Amino acid sequence: MTATTVSTKTLVKAKEPRSLYTDAVRSLMQKRSAVVGLIMLLVLVFIAISAPIIAPFDPNQQLIGKEEGLKKRSAPCIHLLGCEGPQHIFGVDANFRDFFSRMVYGSQLSLLSGFTSVTFAIIVGTLLGAVAGYVGGGLDNLIMRLMDVLLAFPSLILAIAIVSVLGPGLINALVAIAIVTIPAYARVVRASVLSVKEQEFVTAGRSLGISPAALLFYHVLPNSITPLIVQATLGIGVAIIDVAALSFLGLGAQPPTPEWGSMLSSERNQVFTAPFLVFIPGLAITFVVLAFNLLGDGLRDAIDPRLNRR
Amino acid sequence: MTQYILRRVILAIPVILGILLVTFILARVIPGDPCRAVLGEKATDVICDAFFKRTGLDQPIPVQFMVYLRQIVLEQDLGESFRFGRPVTTIMLERLPVTLELAMASLLFATIFGMVAGIISAYWHNSAIDIGTMVTANIGVSMPVFWLGLLLQYLFALALKDTFLQLPPSGRLSAGLAAPPFYEVWHWSLTEGSNLYAFCSFMANLNIFNALITANWPLLFDAMQHLILPSIAVGTIPMAIIARITRSSLLEVLHLDYVRTARAKGLAELVMVMRHALPNALLPVVTIVGLQLGSSLSGAVLTETIFNFAGLGRTLFEAITARDYVIIQGFTLVVAVSFVFINLIVDISYAFLDPRIRLS
Repeated sequence: MTATTVSTKTLVKAKEPRSLYTDAVRSLMQKRSAVVGLIMLLVLVFIAISAPIIAPFDPNQQLIGKEEGLKKRSAPCIHLLGCEGPQHIFGVDANFRDFFSRMVYGSQLSLLSGFTSVTFAIIVGTLLGAVAGYVGGGLDNLIMRLMDVLLAFPSLILAIAIVSVLGPGLINALVAIAIVTIPAYARVVRASVLSVKEQEFVTAGRSLGISPAALLFYHVLPNSITPLIVQATLGIGVAIIDVAALSFLGLGAQPPTPEWGSMLSSERNQVFTAPFLVFIPGLAITFVVLAFNLLGDGLRDAIDPRLNRR
Repeated sequence: MTQYILRRVILAIPVILGILLVTFILARVIPGDPCRAVLGEKATDVICDAFFKRTGLDQPIPVQFMVYLRQIVLEQDLGESFRFGRPVTTIMLERLPVTLELAMASLLFATIFGMVAGIISAYWHNSAIDIGTMVTANIGVSMPVFWLGLLLQYLFALALKDTFLQLPPSGRLSAGLAAPPFYEVWHWSLTEGSNLYAFCSFMANLNIFNALITANWPLLFDAMQHLILPSIAVGTIPMAIIARITRSSLLEVLHLDYVRTARAKGLAELVMVMRHALPNALLPVVTIVGLQLGSSLSGAVLTETIFNFAGLGRTLFEAITARDYVIIQGFTLVVAVSFVFINLIVDISYAFLDPRIRLS
């Protein structure tokens, strides 16, 4: 019998195993719309962070008497395009404030309101959903029926009712939006906890004597987080639009806060005389919501292998 | 089937009780003393004691909840608005037709255009027209309703002024145009305050319906012209959602074998899509159309304010500005309960459309 020797040179080098997240990022980057969404978002984040550098004026500074020839709600004036007055690239609002600076600072509030309300909703929703899914039984029933009740209200209407009770203001509007979106997260987390907790590593953990709480938070939850990321990305867009709607109705941010919805609301009667004061904030809201929607759709396709990739 | 319907109805009861509980809690956590909130400066200790006794607010909370339930379920009493000094139910009934008309028109717009866009996109999958439609749909769901309304006003009332596309920027009818209700046109003698009168004036307030049955064509034309812009504003988000669902649902069906068979036996493409593929792709679309009624109602709150429609949405807006909690709660309750009923109807129609569901 002759010994056969295998030359290691002939072996094809095995591919490095890739993690789920590397895979997801790659497949995300292949989706054009998701990349567009991500770029839009990065632009917004850049604007929001560097607002003090980009904005030529303080957002609440009234320029009356400071600049000659400045009129109330004067139209955009850009020197590059041949305008000779004081430069205000988005014009001036009813209180002689530079509208461009207000828009730039508004991006901070818009992103912040989206993130805070969704973060709050995620924390509460995840806790409720995880406990409901993991413990099961009567507690599960109680929590989920409560969520059903919250879901029975059209979200904006319930948010209006809650803010009208709490009193108008940006913080209360954020709390209200967070409360009405809790059920969405609770459901997602519960569903994925239910599927994860039946897996063998959980049984193994239990037989090793890990406490139920530790098992839930260290082992089950981290494995249920993927659908939550998708839901949260899409949820931020919805939260931003709802916060803007509440501000538009006078229930959210109060003047003179440079919040896009409230800026739009205070100038809405000027749509025929100073349309730019209405168009620009609306366009900005659409831009940020679109960014999150595109990114969220892309993430869902990239992360969730159950979906057909068409 | 009966068993299925019965089960769905029974399942809806705890949800409705839950909704009542939520609105009850909202009514009780209003900051400040409810007596002073309602009566304002007139509230003295003696008057407030009487007020608490009369409204049952001196009872323990669970008893109060029972009183609240009885008031709403048995007497259909949602309280009295402090702003208008009239029962909330009366105000809502007066203004409901306006919102109903708007919601129906916008849903019709959304369904027709959304489905057509979805079908075209699915059929010419991955073509320029598909990508264009889906990009538009994506932008459509990202636009704030109130902004779209203002944009449409600017475009159709100012930019397109004096062209044939000009549309009125606000109101339900042109100023000075009379809208005689059908019961007056037909010389019915109705006693004011009777149920029949209430019903007739409710129906007559549906402008398009009233104009149609009395054959008042100028009124019909005017009412429809005024309804176009608000309907587009309210209907755009639902339209985008319906287009996306129709597209993905039809795409799935178009890949199935029986569609290939239909093609192979030489059916015209149009017949194949409309008669064979579409009916099997409609189920998710039906659900979404039903659910969009809820979003139409939220949209109405924002749109009626912009277009000056005296509907439920505008009433809610006025109530918000005046801090009229009673109206806000009444509105929230009615909208949520009707939302539950819409879902119920969707579920039941689902079972009619798909035997697998009612048998499972």
